Amino acid sequence: MLLIKCPWCGERAETEFSYGGEAGIKRPLEPDKLTDEEWADYLFNRSNPKGAHHELWNHAGGCRRWFEAERDTVTYRIAVTREL
Amino acid sequence: MSSNRLSSGGRLQRSQPIRFSFNGKTYGAFAGDTLASGLLANGVAVVGRSFKLRRPRGIVGAGAEEPNAIVQVGRGAAAIPNLRATQVELYDGLVARSSKGWPSVNFDIGAVNGAVSRVLAAGFYYKTFMWPQRLWHYYERGIRASAGFGTVPDGPDPNYYVHRNAHCDILVAGGGPAGLMAALVAARSGARVILADEQCEFGGSLLASRELVGDVAAPYWVGEVVAELSRMENVTLLKRSTVFGYYDHNFVAIAERCTDHLAPGESGGPRERLWRVRARQVILAQGAIERPLVFCNNDRPGVMTASAVSTYINRYAVCPGDSAVVFTNNDSAYQAALDLNRAGARVVVIDSRAEGAAALGAAAREAGIPILQGHVVCNVSGRRNVTGVRVALWNGDISERVHPGINIDCDLVAMSGGWSPAVHLHSQSGGSNHWNADKQCFVPGDAVQAASVAGAAAGDFTSRACLQGGHDAAAAALAACGMAAKAVAVPEVDDVDEHALQPLWRVPAAKDPDRCPKQFVDFQNDTSVADIRLAVREGYRNVEHVKRYTALGFGTDQGKLGNINGMAVLAECLGEDIPAVGTTTFRPAYTPVTFGLGAGENTGELLDPLRKTAIHACHELAGAPMEVVGQWHRPWFFPQPGEDLHAAVERECLAVRNRVGMMDASTLGKIDARGPDVVAFLERIYTHDIGKMQVGRCAYGIMLGEDGMLMDDGVMARIGEQQFYLTTTTGGAAHVLAWLESWLQTEWPELEVYLTSLTDQYSTIAVAGPKSREVLQSLDCTVDLDRESFAFMSVREAELAGMPVQLFRVSFSGELAFEVNVDSRYAADMWRAIAAAGEPFGMTPYGTEAMHVLRAEKGFVIVGQDTDGSVTPLDLRMNWLLSKQKDFLGKRSLARPDCLRPDRKQLVGLLSVDGRTVIPEGTQLVDDPEAPVPVPMCGHVTSSYYSACLQQPIALALVAAGRQRHDERIYAALADGSAVAVTITSPVFYDAEGERQHV
Ligand SMILES: [Zn+2]
Repeated sequence: MLLIKCPWCGERAETEFSYGGEAGIKRPLEPDKLTDEEWADYLFNRSNPKGAHHELWNHAGGCRRWFEAERDTVTYRIAVTREL
Repeated sequence: MSSNRLSSGGRLQRSQPIRFSFNGKTYGAFAGDTLASGLLANGVAVVGRSFKLRRPRGIVGAGAEEPNAIVQVGRGAAAIPNLRATQVELYDGLVARSSKGWPSVNFDIGAVNGAVSRVLAAGFYYKTFMWPQRLWHYYERGIRASAGFGTVPDGPDPNYYVHRNAHCDILVAGGGPAGLMAALVAARSGARVILADEQCEFGGSLLASRELVGDVAAPYWVGEVVAELSRMENVTLLKRSTVFGYYDHNFVAIAERCTDHLAPGESGGPRERLWRVRARQVILAQGAIERPLVFCNNDRPGVMTASAVSTYINRYAVCPGDSAVVFTNNDSAYQAALDLNRAGARVVVIDSRAEGAAALGAAAREAGIPILQGHVVCNVSGRRNVTGVRVALWNGDISERVHPGINIDCDLVAMSGGWSPAVHLHSQSGGSNHWNADKQCFVPGDAVQAASVAGAAAGDFTSRACLQGGHDAAAAALAACGMAAKAVAVPEVDDVDEHALQPLWRVPAAKDPDRCPKQFVDFQNDTSVADIRLAVREGYRNVEHVKRYTALGFGTDQGKLGNINGMAVLAECLGEDIPAVGTTTFRPAYTPVTFGLGAGENTGELLDPLRKTAIHACHELAGAPMEVVGQWHRPWFFPQPGEDLHAAVERECLAVRNRVGMMDASTLGKIDARGPDVVAFLERIYTHDIGKMQVGRCAYGIMLGEDGMLMDDGVMARIGEQQFYLTTTTGGAAHVLAWLESWLQTEWPELEVYLTSLTDQYSTIAVAGPKSREVLQSLDCTVDLDRESFAFMSVREAELAGMPVQLFRVSFSGELAFEVNVDSRYAADMWRAIAAAGEPFGMTPYGTEAMHVLRAEKGFVIVGQDTDGSVTPLDLRMNWLLSKQKDFLGKRSLARPDCLRPDRKQLVGLLSVDGRTVIPEGTQLVDDPEAPVPVPMCGHVTSSYYSACLQQPIALALVAAGRQRHDERIYAALADGSAVAVTITSPVFYDAEGERQHV
């Protein structure tokens, strides 16, 4: 079970958090101008790297704030967490 | 039965004789014995039958690695299956029996398998079960019956189990020389230490050691250290506690067995405790496991590991044989020869190495023990117990057959194939292992987490090296914690000069390995050298595949004895190095853990929170059966005397249609949304136009996922210019709030909007039916309720029965209806007030079932029942809800080609052609039930009820291109193979114009 440092509350067990997938996916400002492929890219395609991964976590069982974590997908080590 | 008990020695309490029963026979032993030592003391050789071949099997080991002596302890509901007899502490009156070997260890129908063992070679299960599939049931029944890995207890477990969270600076797994030394250094340095050991006393190998540690006997040194540690407040000592799982970020799970060593009745408290430890640093010191040697018939009762023999002699005062052969490829087994000799047994040492052993060899020679160097044991005689061995000269070439020329009578074979560090936890933590060619074993590589490995677990097999390794690991762990290590002297232990181990993964026999008597690699799964070779011949090369094909390393022992030998045999067969073949994956748990331990207190009422509405007591008083919806308990229906579900629901539905009913709708999710940007925010969330809503108006709103699929729905109301009151489905309340928060925080932080859940703070009572207005009017309602002043789909602040309420004129039944929102503290009073006021009008409380029927009659969907995450609003003919003026979440997805397919499943109604059959929900729909198998399916039923109002069954369904197919006949394919004809209709069965709710 991961030990995750909420930027507001400190280190807590993984069970207090929910996962939000890759960070930095900007919602297109004008979706209707996108091709189906471009929209699908926003909707479905993720980088899924081996190694450092910037991702969103929510301290759902705590302060309920979303934050960003940099987690290694191989070692699961979390290098840093930061406020959005 | 002979007695193998030595007259003195051991760590037994001889003043406490006890009785125990095994397979129906009663035996004597002493407090301090394990079930295994007790059985060996009484000369019980056969303790079970093997899994597949049903061969008689005896005790092989003395600890967690034991593959054969798998027993069921206790009786009835409290029985515990699949324990290792080597780890079961005896108490007076203990009752145990073999897990395997049904119906008895002495006569076994499965022994027939032995006679046809060629049929049961590697891959037997795969080959048998692959084809023909319809015989599966036949095979499964037979094999499960004869497999018999324990018996499920016959009732709910009367014991209880607890979980405990703990934190520490340094967790030490294993309390042998390395672990004790590490704990001592860490504890004296002031660290918070947890020391866990799976045995009933700390000390590990030192308990059976005859070495001097410092200037005292090894067990005495153990006692001193444990006494010191137990006095320290910063130390938690956990004996009978197995560190079984090493998870991410130094989260370690420990199973503490609290009461299994006590007789039933003596034991208070929990049976087991799960320690969930988050440690800053972990020191893994679980020791090493001695490997068997792989020779013909090496599974016969009486063949044991050499270290187990030493343990039984020194720790339990049991000499498991009178006449022993020690067979080894390394020096350590000579200790067993010396111990056997001292215990009075006749001993011969067979050493595969031409040069024999160093210091221990000299000691053995001095003790007069005959030693045959450059020889191997290639076969064993005796079936229910060893009667002798066949010994051959060997030149060290594995490819050559040998010619056994020597027979030695014996009743015990003590074997040693070298040692394998217990790298399980290190591997679970993510660490890799490296092959050490000098020691011929896998040793742990660099730690991936904040951990280190010390002692025999790191490949340091001498006591001296273990103590030093434990010391050094603690010093490093303290430094990593930023703590200064106190100087602690490592006690001196004489080092023993040793000769190198000779790799010997299978012993050459008189015939080639595919034809000689079975050479077992994995005792529990009956995997032999020939099985592994067969797997390779059949094309298996990867160790994980060979494992699954041969069952090597499965079972309760997870290959603790057999895996390395098996991998080496595989490597030889493939012509590769052992490290190139590698190991299989080590997964938790190290030893089996009980379901009870995992569940802890989370059983029964504590399994899941139970949510009750503020009106719950009224429903209980009314005798309403409850339906569980998410975590909520909701009244299902309100039966009157003599009524069943159907009668009650029919009555409740007709009451709402003809007079008036009331229901507790408090479980609906409620969210207050307010702030300067609330309109802009909700425009992006909901599909309809928010800005056009006037204050005091309500709207039915839906929200979509970005994929365009319907996510949740509910009535939302504009309370003020910058304030909305949102309702969600009962099950979606938490998710919707999280969804709204996530957009506000991650995507649109510039919007100033505040969200507050009001689900528990407010309760909702729906009053529905033609008489509902009159009922509320009679409760001194402070606002006018007539059609002109209080239009359908609007909201008013009011007082009702003297209580402040928010009154919604909305309808989920299609009738004239109001929803009374009231502070939950007043909700029960309000419920009773409405019930009383409604009595003259025929007020009828109704439950969730009637609510479902009423809404289905109107074609209103329930998200999650009529939709499943693959349904768009277009599929539900909700186009009218989709704004063309703005963007909203999911809008773009609705224009994707797949969402525009004309043959998508669409919401329709279904009427049974026979007018009688209520089709089960979930039933598949087909165009032609006579079509050849597999019959193409065109849809499925999502909701189905008998409608009392319409006097016929109705159903909602999703049918491909269903909107174009109204009035067509299709078929519901029932589970019994029959088909029911149904007609596709509009999903709105009742009051299609919606006049009744507007009156
Ligand atoms: Zn937090």
